Amino acid sequence: MSASMSRVDDQPLLVVSDLQVEFRTSDGVAKVLNGVSYHVDAGETMAVLGESGSGKSVTAQTIMGILDTPPAHVTGGSVRFHGEDLLTVSPERRREVRGSGIAMIFQDALSALNPVFTIGFQIAEQLRLRQGMTRREARRRTIELLDLVRIPHAARRVDEYPHEFSGGMRQRAMIAMSLALDPEVLIADEPTTALDVTVQAQIMDLLKEIQDERQMGLILITHDLGVVAEVADRIAVMYAGRIVEEADARSLYRRPAHPYTEALLDSIPRLDLKGQQLRTIRGTPPSLLNVPPGCPFHPRCPRAAEPCRTTLPTRVALGVGRASACHFAEEVVSRG
Amino acid sequence: MAEPILSVRNLVKHFPLRVGVVFKRVVGHVRAVDGVSFDLHRGETLGVVGESGCGKSTLAQVLMRLEPPTSGAVTFEGRNIFDMRGAELRRLRRDIQIVLQDPYTSLNPRMTVGDIVGEPFEIHPEVAPKASRRQRVQELLDVVGLNPEHINRYPHQFSGGQRQRIGIARALALRPKVIICDEPVSALDVSIQAQVMNLLGELQTEFGLSYVFIAHDLSVVRHLSDRVAVMYLGKIAEIGTETSIYEHPTHPYTQALLSAVPVPDPELRGRREVIRLSGDVPSPVDPPSGCRFRTRCWKATDLCAEQEPPLTLRLDGSDADREHPSACHFAEPRPHVVA
Repeated sequence: MSASMSRVDDQPLLVVSDLQVEFRTSDGVAKVLNGVSYHVDAGETMAVLGESGSGKSVTAQTIMGILDTPPAHVTGGSVRFHGEDLLTVSPERRREVRGSGIAMIFQDALSALNPVFTIGFQIAEQLRLRQGMTRREARRRTIELLDLVRIPHAARRVDEYPHEFSGGMRQRAMIAMSLALDPEVLIADEPTTALDVTVQAQIMDLLKEIQDERQMGLILITHDLGVVAEVADRIAVMYAGRIVEEADARSLYRRPAHPYTEALLDSIPRLDLKGQQLRTIRGTPPSLLNVPPGCPFHPRCPRAAEPCRTTLPTRVALGVGRASACHFAEEVVSRG
Repeated sequence: MAEPILSVRNLVKHFPLRVGVVFKRVVGHVRAVDGVSFDLHRGETLGVVGESGCGKSTLAQVLMRLEPPTSGAVTFEGRNIFDMRGAELRRLRRDIQIVLQDPYTSLNPRMTVGDIVGEPFEIHPEVAPKASRRQRVQELLDVVGLNPEHINRYPHQFSGGQRQRIGIARALALRPKVIICDEPVSALDVSIQAQVMNLLGELQTEFGLSYVFIAHDLSVVRHLSDRVAVMYLGKIAEIGTETSIYEHPTHPYTQALLSAVPVPDPELRGRREVIRLSGDVPSPVDPPSGCRFRTRCWKATDLCAEQEPPLTLRLDGSDADREHPSACHFAEPRPHVVA
């Protein structure tokens, strides 16, 4: 079993193992996920870090069961929630889990909300359909939820439409919506990317608070190394449809164990490097239609050597909860 | 100090808000830019930071003379750009160029890279005679780090970072003196962002360019800027050298903004004092009276509602390096916290 599974006796809340997803397009088959494994426990924040195209959102959509098929096809792996593999259950069971077991918030609240229904209607809808509440009960609960996410004058704003909300308010409304059925795991896909820094701080605080209160497992998908450093317990770094490194937040920032993580951390503008050239990662991420042989990162890697060009590195465990998919993981992590 | 290359004085841009289908009535104005003044010196980078809706992109549009101002002046090399006509205006169009945010929508998908980068020469044929254009375009591609042999490719064949390089090559084509960069790296991934930032830095040294660098990412602005202006609701809250703004901010908004930036170091988690601002930015249609930041400010008093604080030096006799104009009645440095 992979290093991410540090516990054997009692299973973590949500376990993704060896997930394989491909997109069958007219240009060929893109292997979008190539064996992604991670887990999240109650009350824990798991950050999935990666650049665009690394597969972090596709993993989330697979967990939620909202992948568009076609073009996407899940070709292997499992998503175990309380031990039950969601990839093999009936569509009815899947729907039951969605929202009440695992819920998701999206990056762009404006396009995730329906513009022709009021915010209140969209939240109350699931309460009526899924929990059989009456309109009146659902409305009362909706106002409570909007209050919980600190929307001012919730009782009045419940009847407003998405366009009447500011960006930060919309994101709050979407958080309220995702919390309506009391999920055990919340997947937040770039929840603050579209927001300004001051609002971003408010939203992250809110998520943290709600998570602590409800002991929710939080999967935070982001490309922002700053946000991750502030909130994550554990981090999985993705590259070209694979998890290349997994570690607790402190270790990852202090001593990255994969050259990609190392390079990412180096490319952040830092105070002490003002006016100097930033260290960059040469080239661009590979096309998933044509992933390089061997380690997918080798064409951009400063440490690339012979085995990297031919052999796909396997995950090497580096102590408790740490793993890296690099032939030279030991060297990278012990570097100074 | 030498004469600034670009100088902006009391620049105002209001957009009318109209209602009605046939008979349109003006019911108010969006005060996008509301009295902005600054100087840009030769070879300098002036960073402009602010949250969405603060007017920084409208500022770029007006500086490019794409939008007429409501009032105020922008002088380029001593002449007001809004008075320019004919040949003088054509010359200005060469001298000030822009790099846009989104490399996906700012390049025409039906044009080859050669046509995109070479198009400025169609309008300004005096810069490069027809015979040498192809070669010139290839030189430009080389300068921005693209393969000159890719001149016949289309934008979709390039990645986001490469497309932004195409946009930069296009901006460089007419050998401008000033480039307005409107969020040039915010659509790019971290690893690519660093490449483009390095490129902008290299080009500045090589061609002696002056940049107005507009962005919402404070660490990106800090890395590239000599001086920084912080905007809030159409006005400059604080302006000064990069060090004075980032190390010794005196305006509460700047202080809050800086404190809210997540720091990529888990060791500092919980050890920094973060100022949490409540609420959202008010609407620029109906900005608060007096100081525009007062509705979210923890220092606000009655004075702030009555009197608008001017952007002035508030001398307290301390270090001259730190001294910079700030638009707050109660401007003062914040006791230093880990940052």
